[in-house]
Amino acid sequence: MINIFLRRLMYAVPIAFGVSVVCFSLVYLAPGDPLQTILPADASADTIAMVKAAYGFDQPLPIQFLKWLGRVMVGDFGQSIATRRPVILEVSGALYNTSVLALFAVPIAFSSGFSMGAIAGCFPGKWIDRILTGSAVLGVSLPNYWFGIVLVIFFAVEAMVLPATGMGANGSDQFSVLRWSDAQYLVLPVITLSMVPIGIIARTTRAAVAEVMNQDFVITLRAKGLSEAAVIRHVLKNALPQVLAVMGLQFGYLMGGSILVETVFTWPGSGFLLSKAIINRDVPVLQGTILMLALIFVATNLLVDLLQSWIDPRIRRT
Amino acid sequence: MPLGRFSTLLTAAMFAAGLTASARAESVLTVAMTAGDIPVTTGNPDQGFEGFRFVGYNLYDALALWDLSSFDKASDIKPGLATSWEIDPNNKRRWIFHLRQGVKFHDGCAFTADDVVWNMARVTDPKAPQYFTQQMALSRAYTTNFDSIEKIDDYTVAINTKVVESIFPYSMSYILMISRCKAEALKYDWNAYANDPSGTGPYRFGRMVPHERLELLPNKAYWDPKRVPKQDRVVLLPMPEAATRAAALMTGQVNFIEAPSPDTIPRLKAAGMQIVTNTYPHNWPFILNFVKGPMTDIRVRRAANYALNRAEFVELLNGMAIESYATMPPSSPWYGHPVRYEYNPEKAKALLKEAGCLPCKLTLAISTSGSGQMQPLPMNELLKSQLEAVGFQIDFKVMDWNSLIEIARSGVPKYPDIDGYNGSRALLDPMSALIKPIWKFHWSPAGANWGHFEDPEAEELVSKVLNEFDAEKRTALLIKLNELHADRALMIFVVHDVNPRALSPKLKGFVQAQNWFQDLTPIEVMP
Repeated sequence: MINIFLRRLMYAVPIAFGVSVVCFSLVYLAPGDPLQTILPADASADTIAMVKAAYGFDQPLPIQFLKWLGRVMVGDFGQSIATRRPVILEVSGALYNTSVLALFAVPIAFSSGFSMGAIAGCFPGKWIDRILTGSAVLGVSLPNYWFGIVLVIFFAVEAMVLPATGMGANGSDQFSVLRWSDAQYLVLPVITLSMVPIGIIARTTRAAVAEVMNQDFVITLRAKGLSEAAVIRHVLKNALPQVLAVMGLQFGYLMGGSILVETVFTWPGSGFLLSKAIINRDVPVLQGTILMLALIFVATNLLVDLLQSWIDPRIRRT
Repeated sequence: MPLGRFSTLLTAAMFAAGLTASARAESVLTVAMTAGDIPVTTGNPDQGFEGFRFVGYNLYDALALWDLSSFDKASDIKPGLATSWEIDPNNKRRWIFHLRQGVKFHDGCAFTADDVVWNMARVTDPKAPQYFTQQMALSRAYTTNFDSIEKIDDYTVAINTKVVESIFPYSMSYILMISRCKAEALKYDWNAYANDPSGTGPYRFGRMVPHERLELLPNKAYWDPKRVPKQDRVVLLPMPEAATRAAALMTGQVNFIEAPSPDTIPRLKAAGMQIVTNTYPHNWPFILNFVKGPMTDIRVRRAANYALNRAEFVELLNGMAIESYATMPPSSPWYGHPVRYEYNPEKAKALLKEAGCLPCKLTLAISTSGSGQMQPLPMNELLKSQLEAVGFQIDFKVMDWNSLIEIARSGVPKYPDIDGYNGSRALLDPMSALIKPIWKFHWSPAGANWGHFEDPEAEELVSKVLNEFDAEKRTALLIKLNELHADRALMIFVVHDVNPRALSPKLKGFVQAQNWFQDLTPIEVMP
C-alpha cells in the first residue's frame, strides 16, 4: 500500500504543476483587466500604466508566473487586489464555509445516491427502477440555481419557514451549526447542492450494480445457495470501486462549492469567492482559489485510488 | 403574594421590559446592495458609485458634498468639509477652500487644513509616506487636473490646477478625507485601517465580516445635526443576484433593496413593499465610433436614433425607465431644448438610403450585465429588432462586463472594427456628463472620448465652459453642449433609468434624490 501511495503521490506532482500553469494562463487568456475593480471605467492609459506598474502586472507573463510560483511554493498566494487581504486567508475562509455545506451535502448526496442506485440496479426494468432512475435524471437535469430559487420561493417567501439567503443571522464569523437560528440557513443550499451529486451517483451505482448482477460469479453465488442479501452484499462490494471514483469527483465538486448555488444563496464559500474574483478579474484570488480547488481534486483522487486498491485487490495488481 | 412568586413576576416583568427596550434600541436598516462585495473602507471606495453611496459618503466626507435632500430638485454640490470656495481673482488656476471648523473625525482628532494637504498627498504624491496605490487608482479620475496644494492657515487651503477649470470643485466632491491620526497610529497599515477606519461622516464603523456584511453605527456628534442618523445600525449586505435581493426583502431578512428587477416589482408591490423611483443623471446609450465605419456619417447616426421606438423600451421595463433623446435627462438643468429623435422609421430608412448604407452593417459590443446596465440582454434584443426593421444589420459582440470595460477604456485605436458599445453613463458632474465624451483632449485611450469625436464648435464650447466662472452663464453653455450632443447624434440615445428601489413598509423618511448617491440618515425603522 505504501508503494501505491508513493507512486500515486508522484503522479500528483506533475498534475499539480500542470494545473498551476493552466490556471495561471487561463486567467490571462480571458479578456478584461485585472485592475478593473480599482480603476474607474474611464481610466486613461497613463493611469492604467501607473497602476499596472505598481501591482507588477507590467512584467512579462513568464516572469509573473515564475514569481507567483516561487511565492506559492512557500505558501504565499499574494494579496487580493480588491480587498488587499492575503489570498490564503480569503481562500481558507471561503473553503471553510463551503466545507460547512459539504459536511451536510456529502453524506446526504452519497447515501441517497448510492441507496437509490443500488435499489434500482437490483431491480432493473421494474417500476421501482423506473421511478428511481427517473428521479436521478431529474436531479441531474434540473438547473440547480433554478431549483434553489424555486425552493426559496416556496420555503422562504411563501411559507416563511426558512431564511432565503446568507450564512447565519449575523454573518459567518458567528455561525454555529449547533444553533437552529443559524443552522436553518443551511437547509435550502444543502438540498440544492445535493441534487446533482445524488443524480449522478444514483445513475453510476445503478449501472455498476446492474452490470455486476449479470456477471457469472453472481449465478455461482446463487447456485451455492447464498441468501439474496448476501448476494447483494457481494454485488455492491464489486460495484463499489467504480462508484467510488464518481464519488471522489463529486466530493471535489461539493468542496468547490457551486458558483451558481452559492451566488443564489449568497453563501460566502469558495464558489461565491470564485465568482466575485472572476467578475472583478481579481487575479491573485482567482489563481489561489483555482489552485487550491485543483489540489483538493488531486488529493481526493489520490484518496479514491487508495480506497479502490484497498477494497479491490485486483486494482493493486494493475 | 408569596415572596417567591413576586420575585418571579418581577423577573418576568424586568425581562419583558428589557426585551421591549432592546427591541426599541435595535432599529436596524439592512440594505441589500447589488455589489458583489463590500466596498473598500480605506477612503475612496471601489464598486463604482454604489460604493460611494453606501460606504464612502457614510464613513467619510469630502470638501464638497452632494445635496441629497430633495426629491424634486436636481441634485448639485454643496458645502461639505469646506464651507465655501472661490477662485483666486488673480489666478484662475488657484482655488481657495475655506474649511469647516469644529469637525472631528470618529477617533476624536480635529479636522484641519493639514488633513486636507495630507489626504491629497495620499492619492497624488508617490513620495509621501501615506501614498496608497489603491487609493491613487480609485481617485485618479478626479485628480488629473490637480497640480498642488498649500495650507494658507489652519482652516484654509489653496489648490492649484494644471489648467483653468471652472468646474474643478466637482472633482473635490469625490476625494474623501480620511483620518491622518488613525493612519499614523496604525503606521500606515492599510489592512488594519480597513478594519478600523475613521472619517468625519454621519456613520462610524461598527464591524465587518469580509465579503459578507459591513455594519455602520450612527455618528451622534456629526457636524450637520440635520443628518444625524435616525437608526441605531445600518447593515450593508452584498447581494448581486436580483432574485435573491427580492426574496430577502419578502422574508424580512433585509428592509431596503437596490435595483429590483422590473418583473418582480408588481409582486413586491402586492406584498406591501414601497417602490421608490426618481429620475437621475443616468443614460443607457450606445457610444459610437467616429473614425471608421458607418457611424462616421451623421445621417446613419440620426437614422439609428429615429429608428428607435423608445416607448417600447419603457414598456419592456415595466415603466422603470424614461425615454432618452439627449445625453442629459429632461430633469437636468443642462437639458435645454435638444432635437428630439421621435420614432420615425420612414425617416430612418430615407436617411440610410441617402447615406448609401443599405443594409447598414453594424458591429456593436454589449455586456450581459454590469453596473448601471439595466437589463442589457432583452433591451438589446429589442434594439436589434428595431434597428433591423429600418435597414440596419446588427452583429452583437456579447461579453461580460469586465471585457466591455476593457473595450471602453482602450477606445477605437484598439477596436477600430467595433462601431459602438453599450455603456451606461453617470452624468453627475459636467466634466463626466458633457465634456469628456465630446472633447478632443479626452480622446481614448487617454480619456473618455471613446470614438474620437471631433468638432470645432464642441471644442469652442468646452473651452468657454471651462473658463466661465459665473454659474448661470456656465449653465447656459452646458445647455448648448447638451443640445450639441443631440444635434450631432453623438450617441444612440435609448433610455434613462429611474433607479428603482424597494423598501419595507416599516421604513419611513427616505427621500430618493435625483442622484446616484442617496442619504440614508433620515430613514426611520418602525417597529
